[in-house]
Amino acid sequence: MTAATASRYTAEYSSIAPTLPGQNLPWLTALRQDALTKFSAQGFPSLREEEWRYTNVSAIEKKLFSSSLIGQAQEPVATELLAAYQLPDAWSVVLLDGHFCAELSALNDLPETVSVMSMADALAKQPEIVERYINQAVTNDEHNFVAFNTAWFTDGLFVHVPAKLVLEKPIQVVHLNTKNDALASTRTVIVAEQMADIKVIETFVGLDIAYLSAAVTEVFVGVNADVTLYKMQCESNKAYHFGGIYVKQAKHARFIHHNFAFGGLLARCDIHTDLDLASECELNGLYLGVNRQHIDNHTRINHLKPHGISRELYKGVLDDRARGVFQGRVIVAEDAQKTDSQMNNRNLLLSNDAEADTKPQLEIYADDVKCAHGVTVGQLDEKSIFYLQSRCIDEETARNMLTFAFANEMVDKIKIKSVHDQALEQVLIRFPQEGVNKEWL
Amino acid sequence: MLSIKNLTVNVNDKQILKGINLEIKPGEIHAIMGPNGSGKSTLSHILSGKAGYTVTGGSVTYQGKDLLEMPPEIRAREGVFLAFQYPVEIPGVSNIYLLKAALNSIRKHHGQPEVDAMDFLTLVKDKVRLLEMDEKFLYRAVNEGFSGGEKKRNEILQMAILEPKLCILDETDSGLDIDALKVVAEGVNSLRTANRSFVMVTHYQRLLDYIKPDFVHVLANGQIVKSGGAELALELEEKGYSWLEDSKAAV
Repeated sequence: MTAATASRYTAEYSSIAPTLPGQNLPWLTALRQDALTKFSAQGFPSLREEEWRYTNVSAIEKKLFSSSLIGQAQEPVATELLAAYQLPDAWSVVLLDGHFCAELSALNDLPETVSVMSMADALAKQPEIVERYINQAVTNDEHNFVAFNTAWFTDGLFVHVPAKLVLEKPIQVVHLNTKNDALASTRTVIVAEQMADIKVIETFVGLDIAYLSAAVTEVFVGVNADVTLYKMQCESNKAYHFGGIYVKQAKHARFIHHNFAFGGLLARCDIHTDLDLASECELNGLYLGVNRQHIDNHTRINHLKPHGISRELYKGVLDDRARGVFQGRVIVAEDAQKTDSQMNNRNLLLSNDAEADTKPQLEIYADDVKCAHGVTVGQLDEKSIFYLQSRCIDEETARNMLTFAFANEMVDKIKIKSVHDQALEQVLIRFPQEGVNKEWL
Repeated sequence: MLSIKNLTVNVNDKQILKGINLEIKPGEIHAIMGPNGSGKSTLSHILSGKAGYTVTGGSVTYQGKDLLEMPPEIRAREGVFLAFQYPVEIPGVSNIYLLKAALNSIRKHHGQPEVDAMDFLTLVKDKVRLLEMDEKFLYRAVNEGFSGGEKKRNEILQMAILEPKLCILDETDSGLDIDALKVVAEGVNSLRTANRSFVMVTHYQRLLDYIKPDFVHVLANGQIVKSGGAELALELEEKGYSWLEDSKAAV
């Protein structure tokens, strides 16, 4: 059944295939063919799959989102939108409807040894390096959104930072979506070699139209390297978003992820990370849902070797008829002794019709570990409200202030000021501002 | 300043306060002492307007107005300040934001304009120094990850900035080591004026070594069973509470 609807996409594939980057690379053609075969057989994931039981993607199947071709005229309104999100203090790559746009990007003065370029460029200029990493942190078998992405990706970002290099500015990739009913399928590979230190921001924005944004990112954190990755998902509220972030951490590597899920009618993000000996990861997430938004976040932390540390905190604020889903898995392999893991998910429901589904899972095969998890779904704390009232603040303002504070705790974790301010702005747009005086923040 | 007359209070249909009478004049410091479960905390909660208590009789008049009629934030804006026994942690709101929001609420209540940003900063930094706190505290989330002593100091900082008329200190000494206790006490003493009154609710006499009360009242079984001067606290320290509880039972 799903295969039948998927055939609308597969039927179109033969006309799209010749326009995809890396045509001359047999290994890539084979990879895409494998992905296409898998996708054709089963289509998009269905509710019957355990990992997808809360995510109904049938709307994506019913519609046909088509890849747009390069070179369409830019609308001024899109430039305006970009200006609001493009960070002034970062190297930036702009992907306009799934294609690199050189005029809008800013890549001046990059250190010579560092590669920051579009995926299409990387496949043309250094295919042998791309081949070493692509589809290594995730495979087409993960699920059919990944297979779909592998077959369909038109472009993306490629970052390679050599050993011991600390990049002084962050790298931003802006996924800018401007075409109605379009598909933007992009693939990103980020490689930080031994002891390198980089910060990357993935920003997703779009005009007030319906489109499908499917972005898969693979991250390779080298021995004793640091990667901080931010995801600012500010898609249009009519858009569909699927994002997959798959991370491989080498020994002593540190990976920090900040996941801000603000937009999208249906948005899902999967984040998986594999930890080697004594590596550390921190996964932070904030999802804000209003109206009929459905926001899904799935994380998987794989402790494969001893002495790993993982910290995870996801918070959700859901209003109106919005629905938020959190599925968090922590897997501690038999070999991963002395693992120290904490997972928390907290949800604040602001309306009787809002829904939070939360499913933390610990799978522990080692016997000497420290693992904790906690989940809450509820309303504001009455003690905190009284505390604020006793500090001269009326009850309604106190409630608004606490709702803001609940979300702002995650914003406060952002260390890059321009990114922090952008996230703060998004939180303030979405929630009652009566409780918060922006000027005093 | 404050006049409590024959106040009776229930919690879940159980009578906790059984007829309290207390007169507090401007500038006075009253200590309310008593054993666990005597109703000390209930009294401070009732004065600050916490929900969950039913007043079944009597009255509380604050500066000529019926205090019990006012919602908690109005009491606070009118100058009643409760320093909490367990200050609440509020991640996501900075200390300085809360101070500004509180101070401006008071100013608005009295028809005054918002405080000037520079004046405010000068004021806050002065008070921070007074309480021997690190300025960094101002930019940290309210009480988040603070030690017990830091939380109590933070309460006194808020008090110093909001300049209330009636300060209620609920078990301020609990959980404080001797150094922190001294700093907090010095902070309170520096806030003493001819017009500002204090109600100190405490289990132990210890705090009263550093903040000398004008009056000491012993609360037992929901009633004030004995009142006296500062020397009463010393007597309590020596004899404990049981002789008073017993004497009351004999009445």
